[in-house]
Amino acid sequence: MKDTIIKTSMLTKRFGDFVAADSITLEVGKGEIFGFLGANGAGKTTAMRMLCGLSIPTSGEATIAGYDIYTERELIKKKIGYMSQKFSLYEDLTVSENIDFFGGIYGLSRKDLAEKKEALVQNLGLQAHLKKLVGSIPLGWKQKLSFSVAVIHDPRIVFLDEPTGGVDPLTRRQFWDLIYTASSNGITIFVTTHYMDEAEYCNRVSIMVDGKVVALDSPSALKTYFKASSMDDVFYQLARNARRSE
Amino acid sequence: MRTIIILLRKEFRQIFRNKSILAMVIVMPVIQLIVLPLAADYEVKNINLAVVDNDRSAYSERLVNSIVASGYFRMAAYESSYKEAFKSIETDKADLILEIPAHFESNLIREGKQKTGISINAINGVKANLGGAYLSAIIRDFNPSETVIESAVLNRYNPLLNYRVFMVPGILAILVTMIGGFLSALNIVKEKETGTIEQINVSPIKKHHFILGKLIPFWILGNIVFTIGLIVSWAVYGIVPEGSILLLYGFIAIYLLAVLGLGLLVSTFCDTQQQAMFIMFFFMMIFILMGGLFTPVDSMPEWARMVVRFNPVSYLISVMRMVILKGSEAGQLVNHLLATAGFAVVLNALAVVNYKKIS
Repeated sequence: MKDTIIKTSMLTKRFGDFVAADSITLEVGKGEIFGFLGANGAGKTTAMRMLCGLSIPTSGEATIAGYDIYTERELIKKKIGYMSQKFSLYEDLTVSENIDFFGGIYGLSRKDLAEKKEALVQNLGLQAHLKKLVGSIPLGWKQKLSFSVAVIHDPRIVFLDEPTGGVDPLTRRQFWDLIYTASSNGITIFVTTHYMDEAEYCNRVSIMVDGKVVALDSPSALKTYFKASSMDDVFYQLARNARRSE
Repeated sequence: MRTIIILLRKEFRQIFRNKSILAMVIVMPVIQLIVLPLAADYEVKNINLAVVDNDRSAYSERLVNSIVASGYFRMAAYESSYKEAFKSIETDKADLILEIPAHFESNLIREGKQKTGISINAINGVKANLGGAYLSAIIRDFNPSETVIESAVLNRYNPLLNYRVFMVPGILAILVTMIGGFLSALNIVKEKETGTIEQINVSPIKKHHFILGKLIPFWILGNIVFTIGLIVSWAVYGIVPEGSILLLYGFIAIYLLAVLGLGLLVSTFCDTQQQAMFIMFFFMMIFILMGGLFTPVDSMPEWARMVVRFNPVSYLISVMRMVILKGSEAGQLVNHLLATAGFAVVLNALAVVNYKKIS
C-alpha cells in the first residue's frame, strides 16, 4: 500500500453495555476513496466521529495523518474536513458568507480565501446563488456546497457521513465528480453511504455489521469472494444476519 | 484575533437578520418600561368595604365618612348585621367588613376607648394586609378626645414616595438580565439543534475564542437595551441619574458578563432550546422574586438572605437604585462590584470548561 494516512487498531467505543464500534482495525492510504458501509445502527457514524476527534474511543489505537487521536485531536482537526449527516452550514447566512466563515476559521488568508471562493463558485456554477441565504437553495446545491466548504482548507482527509442522502441521481453523480476531483488532488476520501452503486465507485470498502468490520477489500475482490454479481448482493449476504437495526 | 473577528462578523450577521431578536432588544424595553411601572404599584386602592353599623350614631357616621374620604375604600355594602355583610364577602363584593358595635358613641365618650371589629377576606394577601392596615390607621386617628402624637416623616431621595421612581430602575435591571440571559442561553443551543456546532467542533477553533465570539455580541446588545432603558426612563418618567452615568455603565459592563456567563453555562448543559428555556426560567424566577424589587431583602428570613447573596440581580437592582436615586459613588459600591465580578469570572470559566468539543 502507498503511504498510510488513517490507521486504526482495535478501536472500540462503548456506551454503557452497548458496544457501538467494536475492535475496528483498518488502514487507509493517501488519496484513496474509502467506502465505509454498514446498515443503519451498525456503528458507522460512531466510528467516524472518533476518527474526526469528536468522540473519545473507549479503547484501541488510531492515528490520523500521523497524529494520535487521544493526544493530538486539535492537530488532527487542522488536517481534516468533515461533512456530517445533518446538513450543517448556517442557513441564515448567504452562500458567500458561509464560505468566508468556514474558510476564515481554518485560518485561510484573505487572498487565499478569495481565490478559493472564486474557484469553488466556478466549479459548482454557483454565481447566481452567491448572495442567497443557504436555507433557500435546493438540497442538492447545499450538499455540493457543504462538500466544497469541507475541503476549502485543503485537508489531507475528508470524512463524509452519508453525503448524498435524499438527493436525486443526477446530483449524486455530480457529487461523485467532486469527490473524484478532490481525490485526484491528493485528498483522501472516507465516505459512508447506503447506496451500493456508490460503493462501486470506491477504491476499497469495508462493511460493518453490529459494530464490527466484517469485510474489507476492493469492490471487485469482494464480489468475487462472495460470488455476487453486485455490491448490493454482497451487502445483503453480510447484513441480513445483523441483530442491530434502527 | 482574526478568528474572533470572523466569529463576531458571523454572529452579528445572524442577529441583524433575525427580526425577532431586534424586536426583543428594541421594542421590549420600551413597552415594558412604559407599562410595568404603571401596574406594579405597591399602593392598594379601591378596597371594597362593607359596614355593619350597630350603633347608628353621629360618631359612627363620622367614622364611616372619614374612611370613605381617605380615598382607599369604596362603600360596597351597608348592612344591618354581620351575617348579611358576610354574604357580600362570599359573593366577592366586599374585601373587608367593619363592624361598629352598639353603644360605640357612648362608650367612646364615657370611657375614651372602644373596640371595633374588622374582618378581612385574605384571599388576596396584599390587598387584605394593606387594607386592614389602612383601616386600622384611620380608626386610630379618628378618636378625637385623645392627644394624637404626630411624627413628621421626611422621605429622603424620593420625597414624594413616587413608586415609579422606585420601580423603574429595578424593572430596567430585570430587563437587561432577562434579555442578556435568554439570548445567550438559547444561542449555543440553537447551534446544537441545527447541527452547525458539529462543524465548529471539528474545526481547530479554540474553545475560549468560540465562547468570546458568543459573549461579545450579546454584551453589546445588553448595553443597547440598557441605553434604551435609560432614555425611556428619562423621557417618560423624567428620571435622571443622581450619580455618575459612567459608573452605571461600568457596573453594567461587569454585570452583563456575569449574566451572559450564566446563559452560556446553561447552554453548555442543554441539548434543546426548550431545556435551556426552562432552566433559565427557573433561575430568572428566583432572581426576580428574590432580587429585592418586589420584597425588600431586609425583611426576608436569614436563609433567604443567604440565597440573595448569590443572586446577581439583587446587586444590580441595589446599585441602580443607589446610583440613580441616591447618587452613590464608586466607593460605596465596592462590595457590589466585587461580588458581580466574582460571578462573571466563575460563570464564564465554568462555561469554557464545560463547553466540550467532544462527546
